[in-house]
Amino acid sequence: MDILLDPWPWYVGGPLVALIMVFLIYLGKSFGFSSNFRNICSVLGAGKSCSFFDFNWKAQSWNLLFLVGAMVGGFLAAHYLSDNQVPAIAAATITDLKAMGFDSAGNAYMPSELFGKMNVKNIMLLAIGGLFIGFGTRYAGGCTSGHAISGLSDLQWPSLVAVIGFFIGGLTMVHVFFPIIF
Amino acid sequence: MRKLLFIALGVLFGMVMYKAEAASWFRIYEMFNFQSFHMYGFIGTALIVGVIAVQLIKRKQAKDVDGQPIHIQDKNKSIPRYLIGGIFFGLGWALIGACPGPIFVLLGAGVLPMLIVIAFALLGTYLYGVFRHKLPH
Repeated sequence: MDILLDPWPWYVGGPLVALIMVFLIYLGKSFGFSSNFRNICSVLGAGKSCSFFDFNWKAQSWNLLFLVGAMVGGFLAAHYLSDNQVPAIAAATITDLKAMGFDSAGNAYMPSELFGKMNVKNIMLLAIGGLFIGFGTRYAGGCTSGHAISGLSDLQWPSLVAVIGFFIGGLTMVHVFFPIIF
Repeated sequence: MRKLLFIALGVLFGMVMYKAEAASWFRIYEMFNFQSFHMYGFIGTALIVGVIAVQLIKRKQAKDVDGQPIHIQDKNKSIPRYLIGGIFFGLGWALIGACPGPIFVLLGAGVLPMLIVIAFALLGTYLYGVFRHKLPH
């Protein structure tokens, strides 16, 4: 059981994600998680006020089922396949984060400084982050699954442009905005 | 039956993202600081398997489970939408430390503040839908 309970190495995780993508293709679908934000908007009735959401979301219900499964998988992994899993991040990363006030670095799966106490600042940060993720994924037509995994696996150059964008945004957030925010 | 299969694939996905730590804020921060090979190895091995599998599917003109020819849709060719949209997503990805899949995986794991992220991601998606005709694509 230890092999399941220990952290799974990247060379197990990466290929498994690719196999999930291949299985979805075999089932006649495509691997793209952020489409679910659009699906949920449609389920909630956004199609009445905006034509972008006026489509038959029931044809995408397989993706919503995948989403439900992902939540169940997260629950099972955290509660039954882990004994307080703490990612073994680099010593340099821990030093950098502690200097920014992240004392949970190296002691937790998630930073309690951002996801622990729900003060005004954290709520605002989570809201802004969510807004960017929702707006950006739909604008770019996909997220890490649709572009970095599915698109690049199909050698689609627009997906490479998207992934370059992901990194420009991510590097800017971590190196330009983090020192201001934290 | 097919429905159960999608749920099962989602369960496996959720477990993989959590256990291989692609859903950890710390791993994403570490990646954007180039301080570990972990996430690059994760995405890299996914791509090695993915590229080989997709190319084989195309060469062999494989059929899907229902006997239909597998057709993988090409992305529209342009730069602005992918670059600008990608930058917005990247800013959010690094701040939240999770992309859309892991946001729901972590909610399932009990990280309830992800509900705020999801609510605003839905709002962001809606705003894109409303203003999409005014944006460069």
